[in-house]
Amino acid sequence: MSKNIFVYCEITEEGHVADVSLELCSRGYKLAKELGVELNAIAIGNNLNNVADEVSAFGVNNLYLTEDEKLFPYLNMPHSNIVSKILKEQKADIVLFGATSIGRDLAPRVASTLKCGLTADCTSLEIGDHYVKKTDTTYKNLLYQIRPAFGGNIVATIINPDMHPQMATVREGVMKLEPLRKKIKPEVIKLDVNKYVSKSDFAISIIDRQIEAQKINIKGAQIIIAGGYGVGSKKNFGLLNQLAELLGGEVGASRAAVDAGYAEHERQIGQTGVTVRPKLYIACGISGAVQHTAGMDQSAQVISINIDEEAPISNIADYNIIGTIESVIPKMIKYYRKNSK
Amino acid sequence: MSYKILVLAKQVPDTRNVGKDAMKSDGTVNRAALPAIFNPEDLNALEFALRVKDKKGDAEVIIITMGPPRAADIIREGMYRGADKGVLITDRKFAGSDTLATSYAISLAVKKLAPFDMVVAGRQAIDGDTAQVGPQVAEKLNIPQITYAEEFIGFSGKKIQVKRRLERGIEILEAEGPVLITVHSSAANCRVRNAKRVMKYKYARTEIELQEAAEDYIEMLENRPYLQIKQWSVTDLNADVSLLGLSGSPTKVKKIESVVFTQKNSTTLSSSDSDINKLIKSLISSHVIG
Ligand SMILES: Cc1cc2nc3c(=O)[nH]c(=O)nc-3n(C[C@H](O)[C@H](O)[C@H](O)COP(=O)(O)OP(=O)(O)OC[C@H]3O[C@@H](n4cnc5c(N)ncnc54)[C@H](O)[C@@H]3O)c2cc1C
Ligand SMILES: Cc1cc2nc3c(=O)[nH]c(=O)nc-3n(C[C@H](O)[C@H](O)[C@H](O)COP(=O)(O)OP(=O)(O)OC[C@H]3O[C@@H](n4cnc5c(N)ncnc54)[C@H](O)[C@@H]3O)c2cc1C
Repeated sequence: MSKNIFVYCEITEEGHVADVSLELCSRGYKLAKELGVELNAIAIGNNLNNVADEVSAFGVNNLYLTEDEKLFPYLNMPHSNIVSKILKEQKADIVLFGATSIGRDLAPRVASTLKCGLTADCTSLEIGDHYVKKTDTTYKNLLYQIRPAFGGNIVATIINPDMHPQMATVREGVMKLEPLRKKIKPEVIKLDVNKYVSKSDFAISIIDRQIEAQKINIKGAQIIIAGGYGVGSKKNFGLLNQLAELLGGEVGASRAAVDAGYAEHERQIGQTGVTVRPKLYIACGISGAVQHTAGMDQSAQVISINIDEEAPISNIADYNIIGTIESVIPKMIKYYRKNSK
Repeated sequence: MSYKILVLAKQVPDTRNVGKDAMKSDGTVNRAALPAIFNPEDLNALEFALRVKDKKGDAEVIIITMGPPRAADIIREGMYRGADKGVLITDRKFAGSDTLATSYAISLAVKKLAPFDMVVAGRQAIDGDTAQVGPQVAEKLNIPQITYAEEFIGFSGKKIQVKRRLERGIEILEAEGPVLITVHSSAANCRVRNAKRVMKYKYARTEIELQEAAEDYIEMLENRPYLQIKQWSVTDLNADVSLLGLSGSPTKVKKIESVVFTQKNSTTLSSSDSDINKLIKSLISSHVIG
């Protein structure tokens, strides 16, 4: 069996390979190294001349390109048929997609076509073996797909012992973007669109699109680093940004912090802001007024950083770190860097 | 012929209100502590379907749910809010199905109800959290899909127009012929129960439920066919058993860990290097971050 790894490279509005796809190439490259196989990428769209160059720092060996003006913007059926056919022809063994609007629309359809498994929103991908006692069989080198489920309350390790390819989606920011020092020029394979799609694949047409610039969206974030008046300055809010970026989270704020001009209004959490339910909420210099906690008390885990041991937030926090923002956050950043692989 | 809209709805444990008692000490989910509810985005899906029905006039909305016998509760709930009929797919042989096997079973039920004009699902269920079943049912039915629908705009001739929500904006799509639509939580909330409908449908029952009912009840149902909730098993669906349950599921759960910490009380930490290092390590090892 071939053990090829494939990454679906999503093309952004601006015509670039999406960051999440490059992150997956980084992870895919390491998995390919570990398994001793090749890393392949698929890109579908219009005018993809820049793609080979953009993936060259990420160790892609073969790049499958399908270009046609009908293929941008993304449409489900043409893209899923192209991807399914390439994966079948190349006997892909592992396939990774970004867990984006596009990836989560595309991957399940491809998995259903190929009759293989798909694991959603993985937070970690590892190689490992699996032993089945009943039949005394060991499956070697499976992809361990680790994902949260049940509203973030459990973490499951999922494997596909028998039916391959093994497919997974991963959210942006979960895998590290790790460009290689030495670029590798991928071999480019251009495919004839007419061999892969038919007219009936265009049963749906786009009659209007309005794509906005990147918007702040703290509602969907799994991790929120929220700052209050106790953060003290806009500059200190930069520390929160750093931590959020590192953990793949978003920055939120109390009303006092918004009023003080430390953060944008869109980030306000609470009765007159947004309600959030992340799996981790880190409250930094927030006292914990009910108007604030009303918007975050359903968080699965709360960590508070505050100089005041008695601040009301301590009643709902799972962990209370007693100290200043200025000292605690840099330490969190330092130890996260040290302990995460 | 009247326009037929099939709504896929799942009964789920309410994972959004997970208290600290939702996890057992051994790390497994304490389902008893979580109320079973109508999957939130499936209520948006039902509303979407009802709006299409309102527009069409001559249309029928049928709820399909796959689950244990008590999942009939959400069919009744759907009827109170405006659905006309319901089908419960239930059989022990479905247990352990991943999304591929689930979508196979659901697609058979949809085919059994053919011809249909539209299938409407929620975007994502709050327990499995995959958002895969909708697109996979569409593939199995060989019909196009429109995911993340936010608004039913209307019909332009025979074509349906739908606004969909993307990460960074919106798209308006137009589809001809049968289509599967998954509805996003940003779509309109579902209308509330209608008192008259509650009176009318509160006696709706599945076969299993009827076995426990009194005789006069059964007679009443015979006279009022709208109170019969269809119940289909593997045999009724003529399903290939090897494509269902564990054997039909390529994905296997190798291990499950609970994220909720075992400590019930809050822990106070200092800002020392060793305290912070320990905290970060424990957050990484329990997959809260990492
Ligand atoms: C009708 C109404 C609606 C409201 N709606 C909202 C709402 O939607 N959202 C909202 O957030 N608020 C809302 N409020 C305001 C709310 O009542 C509080 O005033 C506000 O939440 C306080 O914000 P804070 O915790 O950031 O500030 P403070 O209460 O001033 O708390 C600052 C905290 O920082 C700590 N601290 C100070 N220095 C440091 C340091 N160097 N390091 C670490 N900790 C430090 C302090 O010990 C203190 O606990 C509303 C109020 C009303 C009346
Ligand atoms: C911890 C855990 C992790 C899992 N991870 C995966 C995984 O990564 N990949 C995988 O393939 N399976 C996975 N499963 C199995 C999966 O949860 C089940 O197959 C489930 O029945 C359907 O998936 P979902 O809940 O994610 O639904 P979604 O795909 O999120 O549901 C989308 C929509 O489909 C419709 N729908 C879904 N289920 C039904 C139903 N039973 N009846 C009627 N309509 C329905 C609803 O409209 C719903 O809104 C996992 C299960 C567990 C317990």
